Amino acid sequence: MNMLEKTQAALAELFPQAEAGEGATEAAARQPGVLRTDPARHGSHLDVLCGPDQVVAVARIMDREGYFLEAVSGVDWLEKQQLEIIYDYNRLGGEHCRVMVRTQVPRSEAVVPTVSAVFPAADWHERETYDFYGVHFQDHPNLIRILLPEDADFHPLLKDFTP
Amino acid sequence: MTVPIHLRHDETFVLNLGPQHPATHGVLRVKLTMDGEYIVKAEPVLGYIHRMHEKLAEAGTFAQFMPNTARMDYLHALAFNHGWALVVEKAAGIEVPERAEYIRVITVELNRIASHLLWWAAFLLDLGGFTPLLYAFDDREKVIDLLERVTGSRLTYCYMRFGGVYNDIDDEFIAGTRDFIKRLRGRMPSLYHDLVTHNIILIKRIKDIGIITPEQCRRYGATGPVARGSGINYDVRKNEPYSVYPEFDFDVPVFDECDSMARYMVRMHEMEQSLRIIEQALDKLPDGPVMGKAPKVLKPEAGYYYSAVETARGSLGHRLICDGGKNPYKLKLRSPTFSNLSLYGEVAEGMLLADALAFMGSLDLVIPEIDR
Repeated sequence: MNMLEKTQAALAELFPQAEAGEGATEAAARQPGVLRTDPARHGSHLDVLCGPDQVVAVARIMDREGYFLEAVSGVDWLEKQQLEIIYDYNRLGGEHCRVMVRTQVPRSEAVVPTVSAVFPAADWHERETYDFYGVHFQDHPNLIRILLPEDADFHPLLKDFTP
Repeated sequence: MTVPIHLRHDETFVLNLGPQHPATHGVLRVKLTMDGEYIVKAEPVLGYIHRMHEKLAEAGTFAQFMPNTARMDYLHALAFNHGWALVVEKAAGIEVPERAEYIRVITVELNRIASHLLWWAAFLLDLGGFTPLLYAFDDREKVIDLLERVTGSRLTYCYMRFGGVYNDIDDEFIAGTRDFIKRLRGRMPSLYHDLVTHNIILIKRIKDIGIITPEQCRRYGATGPVARGSGINYDVRKNEPYSVYPEFDFDVPVFDECDSMARYMVRMHEMEQSLRIIEQALDKLPDGPVMGKAPKVLKPEAGYYYSAVETARGSLGHRLICDGGKNPYKLKLRSPTFSNLSLYGEVAEGMLLADALAFMGSLDLVIPEIDR
């Protein structure tokens, strides 16, 4: 079993209801689960959509499988009134496999548990996502502004932000 | 009459380092809690040169963002050009002619050498050695002149285009590059290694200082020479090959000592490997166009895209999200030093202040790239 299959199997355990499927990433609404994507086109091997309550469980699995957290980013889907948080996992050497983990929360109540207890790398990346999108990372040890001034009262990457 | 001083270890004070400090090379600020000369807690404070490039990306078209890419890591700007070109080409399905791929590799590797030379000079300047700077800048000037010839700029390049490069290289550039390879190879052992690498003062300053374990690298997401100095064999050019890198024979220098000296050695060896890559690329350089067919207005299919390139400081990621429109819907820049610096607090704990500055220099920080 190669790394990709092993990771896919480990992550699939979190989604007992989901059907195993293959195909490209679809922007259309899809059910939580693990999807294979073409790395030559999309850059990542797996696209995982999970609930906000599952991000820590996913992080624990990725930690166990020896991955590292490359980045955390936010996306504002204004039309759907949703904020999406993307975690990019990758491997430091060995067999290459990049996993994109996504979770969506309503814009009005953007709360996600922190994964900084599993990966300290998330500490700064989550602070940045809070800075730009106002996402509240629950139980984060130090959720303060990182790149913007400490007294800023806006979140500039929100699509409806006007300076 | 002298009054004896009683040191009290329960008494600490806060020392503010930066944001204007010669050792931080840019506007980085570190809040240090000190117990005498020892660091109890180090807390980097970022954002003094934050320009919100991610918002600027959303405000313009794909092509309009290209000049911005050079204004993050201004020392290895061509790698940022390359990363942005790669992710957009991936999303829009644009093919790049082979000659353009070779030229990209040659210029990116030249730029990597220039970046490492400047790091070397600045690092030794931090440690109190002034002469190496003059040698390194002498060599770096040659690279900058060569790159200026083909790109038109000396530092903030906007050389790559979706589907190729802006300008072809000429015979004079090729001859000049070959001269430079010979020159740097000739100077490396005597000027760089005899004068500095084997120098006992340098060894005493950076050997066994700033130990970063491989596990710390993984937990904090450190990449590039920082990870390779901790025994991790990870280089995007080998692990996730892009462009024409698989066609060249080169090694990835890995050192297991985990200290500042190991990171120093990684970069010194990397320059030699870059010279090898450039030499092979010049030998094999194919004829043909340097620009492929690319539509004037790009409207990539909606979806999630990621590209990674190896910059002089580590793995640079572009996470691009398209909604089918003319502008990027979202661009996240995963800059390598942002993650590399995040482990500073943990590692600097308990260090002497002077050692912590040497350790900071060994991380090769470029602040505009952290702050974006």
